[in-house]
Amino acid sequence: MALNYTKKTINHFLKPKNIGSINKPDGYAQIGNMVCGDQLDFFLKVEKGKIKDVKFLSFGCASNIATASILTEKVKGLTIEQAKSYNWQKIVDELGGLPSQKIHCSVMAVQGLKKAIEDYENKNSLASAPSASVKTKAKAKAAKSEGRLASKKR
Amino acid sequence: MQVYLDNAATTRLDPRVLAKMKPYLTTKYANASSIHKPGQEAYLELLKAKKSVAKILNGEPENVIFTASATEANNFIIKGVARANKSGQKNKIIVSAIEHPCVRESARELESEGFQVEFIPATAEGLITPDALRGLIDDKTILVSVMMVNNEIGTVQDVTALARVAHEFGAYFHTDAVQAVPYLEIDIKRMELDFLSLSGHKFYGPKGVGVAYIDRRKKIRPLIVGGGQEDNYRSGTYNLPGIMGLAYALELAYKERKAYLKKVKSLRDHLLSAIQEEIPGIQINGSLIDRVPANLNVMFGYVEGEAILIDLSQKGVYVSTGSACSATNLKASHVLRAIGLNKNFLNSNIRFSLGRFNTRQEIDYTVKCLKDTVKRLRKFSPVKKIGQILN
Repeated sequence: MALNYTKKTINHFLKPKNIGSINKPDGYAQIGNMVCGDQLDFFLKVEKGKIKDVKFLSFGCASNIATASILTEKVKGLTIEQAKSYNWQKIVDELGGLPSQKIHCSVMAVQGLKKAIEDYENKNSLASAPSASVKTKAKAKAAKSEGRLASKKR
Repeated sequence: MQVYLDNAATTRLDPRVLAKMKPYLTTKYANASSIHKPGQEAYLELLKAKKSVAKILNGEPENVIFTASATEANNFIIKGVARANKSGQKNKIIVSAIEHPCVRESARELESEGFQVEFIPATAEGLITPDALRGLIDDKTILVSVMMVNNEIGTVQDVTALARVAHEFGAYFHTDAVQAVPYLEIDIKRMELDFLSLSGHKFYGPKGVGVAYIDRRKKIRPLIVGGGQEDNYRSGTYNLPGIMGLAYALELAYKERKAYLKKVKSLRDHLLSAIQEEIPGIQINGSLIDRVPANLNVMFGYVEGEAILIDLSQKGVYVSTGSACSATNLKASHVLRAIGLNKNFLNSNIRFSLGRFNTRQEIDYTVKCLKDTVKRLRKFSPVKKIGQILN
């Protein structure tokens, strides 16, 4: 069982960025993983189509906390569209790699954020053009299956 | 400060054991199967080691077979006994639901070969009762295997009672006693055991050496074939340094047992009461009565065991978790499932296993760190009560 977290992953776990909740968020989502039992809550504040603030809560392992931390750090200030296209591979690269059985944590973080954005869009009837939305879903699906593969590989 | 509380995973080699092993690596290196003088001298040392191990276990020296690990011993015994005794009338293997993976996987392999395999359920306390075995056993049963002490929750099984049930039905009984040394006084005759497994590195001996105790009157097929060492029961050059180390470590473990047990029990009880006093929202997994004094397995609600482990590790405190998230398969501990732990708590558990080299200061430091760790992780957990857990 190789479980070598990079120094950066450990740092994000020990001092996670954007941890906490937002009162009256513009977007909110909760996501869980049936297999490993992890759970993440995302809170969004959106201003002029940009992510003004993002926070998260975690009931998860070190990499669950670290991946959500780096994701929130990276998407803060991005436009909604940019944030939606932030994928799990970027998280893994930013952290300098993740143990293969932990790749799914990054996938889950991305899915959680997207779900919170969807919540924001639904609340504001801002659902993007059909084509874009389909594309996003397809991407999420691809990321999901890739994540599954990666964690299966070990 | 560095605190090693993972003694059920492995222990530090006793310096006295290392000193005992050294000559067999340097000057007395001859192959114990060789016929020349140094070879025969090595063989005599091997016989001495068997005698010493047999004496402690109250068994027969010729029944002591050395292996490379307890995993090998368990594979050898479970598969070897099943395959050698299979007949039209007998094709059933029964193991407990809380066995180590090497026993479970051996049983699964036999299942794929056409054997009928049954798992004995555990009680909420982590115990395997003779009645639970009675519910599954019949005349078709070849072998029953129940571990003497569980590796995750430290619960102690009444193997004598279980062996008697097995024998009533004409089945053999094996026990994986890896975690039992020196907590229980193992007595092969009194406990009516047919087969038993041990591992050197769990009691301050070397890694890479184990014992398969086999009653030679019962049929067993070898797992490893080759040069015919151990009377064909287990081929491969005798690992004399390891064997001498294991035998000596076992001897020391029982010689110093009383003081050792007193020490680990007092430390474990101190750890237990400190955790209970300092940290809310916890639960102890498994019986506290039928349990070895070195083990404590605690559920810390609403945070994940893996996160606790990694956080403590950064502070120099080394523990273990059977939780999904630190393992490769992402599945929660089969032991905690078997004792019926609430599924929302399955990933929130830590095993502390104490040993000879721990001190009271270390335990105090551990509790101090643990308190901070759990507090920090709980602060940002979205879950504050069971109803909030998604899955």
